[in-house]
Amino acid sequence: MARITMREAISQALWEEMERDPAVFILGEEVGVWGGSYAVTKGFYDHFGGERVRDTPIAEAGIIGAAIGAALVGQRPVAELMTINFAFSAMDHIVNEAAKFHYMFAGQFKLPLVIRTVGGGGRQLGATHSQTPDAIFAHFPGLKVVAPGTPEDAKGLLKSAIRSNDPILFIEHATMYQVRGEVRDGDFTIPIGQSKIQRAGKDVTIISYSKGLEISTKAADELAKEGIEAEIVDLRTLRPLDMEPVFESFQKTNRAVVVEEGWKSFGIGSEIASRIYEECFDYIDAPIQRVAQDEVPLPYNRTLEQAALPQPEDVIAAVKVVL
Amino acid sequence: MNKKEQLELYHQMVLIRRVEERGAELYQQGKIGGFMHLYIGQEAVSTGLIAARQPNDRVITAYRDHGVAINCEISANQVMAELMGKATGVSHGKGGSMHMADPGKNFWGGHAIVGAHLPVAMGMALGDKYGNRSNVTICMFGDGATNIGYFHEALNMSKVWELPVLWVCENNLYGMGTAVDRASAVSSIAVKARGYDIPNGQVDGMDVMKVYEAAQKAIETVRSGKGPFLLEIQTYRFRGHSMGDPERYRKQEEVKRWEEHDPIGVFHKYLTENKITSLKSLDEIDEQVMDEVQKAVEFAEASPEPTMEDLYKDVYADV
Repeated sequence: MARITMREAISQALWEEMERDPAVFILGEEVGVWGGSYAVTKGFYDHFGGERVRDTPIAEAGIIGAAIGAALVGQRPVAELMTINFAFSAMDHIVNEAAKFHYMFAGQFKLPLVIRTVGGGGRQLGATHSQTPDAIFAHFPGLKVVAPGTPEDAKGLLKSAIRSNDPILFIEHATMYQVRGEVRDGDFTIPIGQSKIQRAGKDVTIISYSKGLEISTKAADELAKEGIEAEIVDLRTLRPLDMEPVFESFQKTNRAVVVEEGWKSFGIGSEIASRIYEECFDYIDAPIQRVAQDEVPLPYNRTLEQAALPQPEDVIAAVKVVL
Repeated sequence: MNKKEQLELYHQMVLIRRVEERGAELYQQGKIGGFMHLYIGQEAVSTGLIAARQPNDRVITAYRDHGVAINCEISANQVMAELMGKATGVSHGKGGSMHMADPGKNFWGGHAIVGAHLPVAMGMALGDKYGNRSNVTICMFGDGATNIGYFHEALNMSKVWELPVLWVCENNLYGMGTAVDRASAVSSIAVKARGYDIPNGQVDGMDVMKVYEAAQKAIETVRSGKGPFLLEIQTYRFRGHSMGDPERYRKQEEVKRWEEHDPIGVFHKYLTENKITSLKSLDEIDEQVMDEVQKAVEFAEASPEPTMEDLYKDVYADV
């Protein structure tokens, strides 16, 4: 075990997979000479060279199209979109191409493709650079969407993603690169499509992922001081969604709060709550609560930005509603 | 090209024509659904182009893809079955008219979002270059696709990275119902390549031998490692954009003028006037094609529908 940052965990996964398989290569804006705009690929260019760590023009459709094409002919590209906000420029290629080809051509096309990107607010980058649109991408069958909340999950899930034969959107959170956690030594993978109970408890189930896990954990620490034991389920993968740990936990606690950083409307919380209502109706003791971002484009001003983003206090308040 | 090969090109062109004519009838009868875009009038383009490729060269095109599929040796049976949505179709009935593909024959689709397959083609060439393979990717698209941003991103990146891709614009003078000069700042598509320093050329797309010769040169230029090439092939579609086209944007006289240059007629004349073959042998091919198409229709009609199991199959490769 080693205690490393999220950045180091992701970087290690990429490095190890590139050492392991020559078909793996990275492409994206500033991934090479610059070393990655979040320094995830620092040192890669010097070690692996420009063919395997390929700087691209600022052309997101071109980047994702290039990755799809290279994947079709047998390579294993890891495309980096500098932020998830820029993924909208590549939406066609993510939605109409990557998510469709395997099915539409009856299994004849394989797309071993990872799109790494960075989402989330909280860095005073204004409305266009601070979004958490994870739910949009989780909407499409054919795409897999992974969003880890711990360094160990980030490393193990990214390694699985690179070895997978499906197109995978791997969403990192902009404010979590310095988060530290224990990570297993050596080569390991964590399966895509498995939720996990990150913290055991008996009074309430908090369902979250990515940055929401950090917020929920802080809230659970505070609640513990009052004798309230919250169980936290980390979704880790948004599609395909593994609800079993959520149902098991809910059938025990009978109360749930869903925490996400994106907007509440049509969001992850809506999906999770609906599925609990559909599958666990007889176990419900209180209306399920959703904690999410206020329904505004995120402002630049720090006070306003933090007010719009979900905070541990919001989670605590929601837990008290369901108890 | 020897006589046998030339007759095979004639066979392919007539087969495309007759498959589509029957397809149009079956569409009117409600046996084919969705959108269907006919290639009639443009047969010399893909026939000449694909005849010039090596088997390891990849072909990718837009939604007007029935002809391209046939040129890539997809059988008339598989094309017709796909049009009817049958399990025996080239895309097992899940793709339809616009989404035919068979990577085993290096036919990579069949893409229905205008221009979106250009970055994909660029990526295929990138993957081949990365893998040190000698394949050339031949990417076909219409004049309309040159006005969308993907064209720019794909051409630019293909030149920055000197990728082995042949860009082939089938300029049929209309993007749906909008004439080239109403949609594009320059009417010559080849001129657009200059902005990327991509070598380029133009050729008459109603003459299959001219297309073949131009394509052969262009493909070998690309294979020699000199990076991308753009070939503009000037052609015309005799039918509407799709089956539901009122054709208010062009006059019937214009269509008639172009029909005088029917690529099958042009090639027929070339083959007989140069005494390459007899009228009789061409008539025999015509008859053989009629039989082939009839059998394809029978095959498709007798083929099973995809099952409910197929509905849920192939959403993901790893389950």
